[in-house]
Amino acid sequence: MLNMFTQRKTLALLFAATFTAGQAQADGKLSIYHWFEYIPQELLDKFSAEHDVEVTMDTYDSNESMLASLKAGKMGSYDVAVPGDYMVDIMAKEGLLDTIAEGELANKGNIEAQWLNVPFDDGRQHSIPYQWGSTSFSVNRDVYKGDISSTDILFNPPEELAGKINMLDSQGEVLAMAALHLGIPQCSTDKDQLKALDSLLSSSKENWASFGSDMAKDVLVSGDAAAGMIYNGFSAKGRAEGANIEYAYPKQGYIVWMDNVVLLKDAPNRENAIKFMDFMLEPENIAAVTNYAQYAAGVKGAGEFTDPALATSPESNPPADVSGVFIAVCDQATQEVYDKIWTRLRK
Amino acid sequence: MGKSRYNIRHYPGFLWITVLCLVLLYAPLIVVMAYSFNDSLSITQWGGFSLRWYHDLFTGVESAKFKRAAVNSLFIALTAGVISTALATAAAIAMVRGGSFRGKTLSFGMISIPILVPEIVTAVAMLIFFTSIGLKLGYLSIVIAHIVFCIPFAYLPISARLQGIESAFEEAAQDLYAGRWQAFRYVLMPILMPGILSGFLLAFIISLDDFIITNFVKGAGMETLPTAIFGAVKQGIKPNIMALSTLLLLFSVFIVTLSYRLGRTNAKNSTH
Amino acid sequence: MAAIGSGKTVSSTYAPVRGWLLLPTWLTIGIFMLMPLGVMLVYSFLTKEFRGGVLWEFSFAAYDQFIFDRGLFGDEAPSIEWTYITIFFRSLVHALIATFFCLLIGFPTAYYIATRPTGSRYLWVYLITIPYWVNLLIRTVSMKFLIRDNGPINQALLNMGVIDAPIHLINTNVAVQLGLFYSYLPFMVLPIYAAVERYNISLSEAGADLYAGRWTILRTILLPVVKPGIIAGCILVFVPSLGAFLAPDLLGGAKTFMIGSLIEEQFKGTASNWPFGAAASMILLSIILAVLMLYARSQARGQV
Repeated sequence: MLNMFTQRKTLALLFAATFTAGQAQADGKLSIYHWFEYIPQELLDKFSAEHDVEVTMDTYDSNESMLASLKAGKMGSYDVAVPGDYMVDIMAKEGLLDTIAEGELANKGNIEAQWLNVPFDDGRQHSIPYQWGSTSFSVNRDVYKGDISSTDILFNPPEELAGKINMLDSQGEVLAMAALHLGIPQCSTDKDQLKALDSLLSSSKENWASFGSDMAKDVLVSGDAAAGMIYNGFSAKGRAEGANIEYAYPKQGYIVWMDNVVLLKDAPNRENAIKFMDFMLEPENIAAVTNYAQYAAGVKGAGEFTDPALATSPESNPPADVSGVFIAVCDQATQEVYDKIWTRLRK
Repeated sequence: MGKSRYNIRHYPGFLWITVLCLVLLYAPLIVVMAYSFNDSLSITQWGGFSLRWYHDLFTGVESAKFKRAAVNSLFIALTAGVISTALATAAAIAMVRGGSFRGKTLSFGMISIPILVPEIVTAVAMLIFFTSIGLKLGYLSIVIAHIVFCIPFAYLPISARLQGIESAFEEAAQDLYAGRWQAFRYVLMPILMPGILSGFLLAFIISLDDFIITNFVKGAGMETLPTAIFGAVKQGIKPNIMALSTLLLLFSVFIVTLSYRLGRTNAKNSTH
Repeated sequence: MAAIGSGKTVSSTYAPVRGWLLLPTWLTIGIFMLMPLGVMLVYSFLTKEFRGGVLWEFSFAAYDQFIFDRGLFGDEAPSIEWTYITIFFRSLVHALIATFFCLLIGFPTAYYIATRPTGSRYLWVYLITIPYWVNLLIRTVSMKFLIRDNGPINQALLNMGVIDAPIHLINTNVAVQLGLFYSYLPFMVLPIYAAVERYNISLSEAGADLYAGRWTILRTILLPVVKPGIIAGCILVFVPSLGAFLAPDLLGGAKTFMIGSLIEEQFKGTASNWPFGAAASMILLSIILAVLMLYARSQARGQV
């Protein structure tokens, strides 16, 4: 042991190893930037084995933080990412997405018709559908037994829930939910409406216990929070873990979203990225994500492989009389006000 | 005070505060260790003793991820530990055996900077720096960052040990026509070795523990144990994370014990 | 310990090569620590790009955002922006409270340990050192697990019938302070221990012979001598507490920001405002430097 220190050779070897390890960016790799707790590790292992590709994955917890991180120097490090609908639009306009040539994706025909020509990526030039679902909130029914079909639960909560609410740490979703509560359009340019939005959030803040997306399920399961904004499938998983929580479809409306696998510009392993997208368009594979994350796929034939219980789960079946909205992309002026509202909220 | 003669070493209540201090320090760790052996999915109910989470840690679906993170962590800590210890040893010899010189205080200040600057500031500065010079974030950026903040931690035990070694030894060697390098290699270094090793161990563990700076300067698809644990606990404190924490904790205890032993030999030698 | 005395006479065996020996450390810290701090200063004067990223245009916008509130639409007359001042002030308060309690528990502990006979003293030091070496993240997570509403403490107290409803600590300011206190407690004990160990106990005994009470001796003889150790301990707790990220994030629910979480949010979170994050870091660094300068001055005065 002592001698080891004096062996300059050992040091030299360590140095050499450091620098070669730093440059390990060979073929046979795929670097994924993905939402947290969404894709089963087994599925990644399956892709790895089928294509002899080493898969690494980093996770993020909001569309906005993914965009920020990519723009802050991580472009060129990842091959694919999984942004939500409105973020695909933003990323395309920012020039962060590569175009998938016609015929490059063997399984493109598997995309369900309704998800093929979508407003955020007409003709699916940059993306493929991944999963779609909704965002609203869930309430612990042991704590509060009253009516939960209103966004009042978040913004004007009953006594039992006040101070025990977790909010998603996601600007897009929180502001869209607040706009639904106020009954104003998203990305409103009306100054009074924006002021109302700002004061609603700052006055509601005292009722909220925490901000966090990745912990949204855990706070409900562990009892750290009694209610919380959450995605429908994530709430279903929480319920499966034993929490007595109910996912609400508020009458003011809820948020619908679709996550998509996009091909990033400057992808270091573009070929493998295409293979991965084709892989995710196989009904059996995308169904594995659905079974794990409890959302819905946008691929023909996936239903054959999904858990039948999903079809009847309360989280996946909104009542007919309430409707969902997609998050809108605001113009720069409004977005800057939104950013300011969000910053002021987090003081 | 009632008593005719009182023991000045004794202050009423100090023993109890000491015990309280230890209980405060250890209670959370012991609870987590205990719950890592809990044979239940629910982390709040006790379901009997079991090693299943340790089994899960090594064979479960996430085992590959944790293994990779552990290898990264060990590799980075070894590299950063060895290099920062080498730098710190040279610096300590210059500072303690280099006579008095202009810029000595400045040099000491320089060595202390990484301890004095808050970690989050170091993290931000390094991220911005690496990005602006176009260095791709990855192994290299983490190792460089770790070397820098490990230097002062390696330096302190080495210079403390060096101050306790009489320079007469090396002077005698040089009187016997040993060159400076030989005097260092065959006389000073063997006596200094326990100090160098404590310095290395401290730097090693500091590197192994770092979360904030690593989290800022790590590249795509790179995790170390702390960043992997942080990512996992955000989604809930699961029993397998408790098992992993327990293993890391025991590893730390092992390293402290090793360093503590070295410290004892330090103390014995210097009282010769 | 006695041998250190002879080490103090300046030895200059390596004087001719000291420049070469110091060079690698100077270069490493100069290039990878000082230069980054310099680049960070430059960044704090750049312009934030819409939707993240930085434009290389000089601007005071980051500091302006920190100090002035120009209304939601940026068209109002500037008034003082309290948001960030509040965050900094809150961090200061948290750090001071944590330091105070660390001192309250740490000083008696350090004194008690330092006055034990040699054999058991090492054992006590060993016991205090272990938590210091255990991963901070793991310790913070353990604390979170321990104090949550359904955690072991609340469960035990409920089962014993001591309380009817769980004590709600998680995601509160108290939880953050507790976390900081717990994180940095060993940092307080060790320097004070080192100071008391060096303290010549016969000074206290002399005081006792002159019929001074215990607490008088503590206040008038011991404290002045070990003051440098106490100040060092306070700094070692205060500085990292002020910039802490893990405790506010994991124990505070990321709702009430501290400086550390505010800065992190500018780089890792949705805010994505690098110039502002750099500016906030510079301000934090300035505060720390001011504290250290005060300390250095008090040290210098103490040596006269």
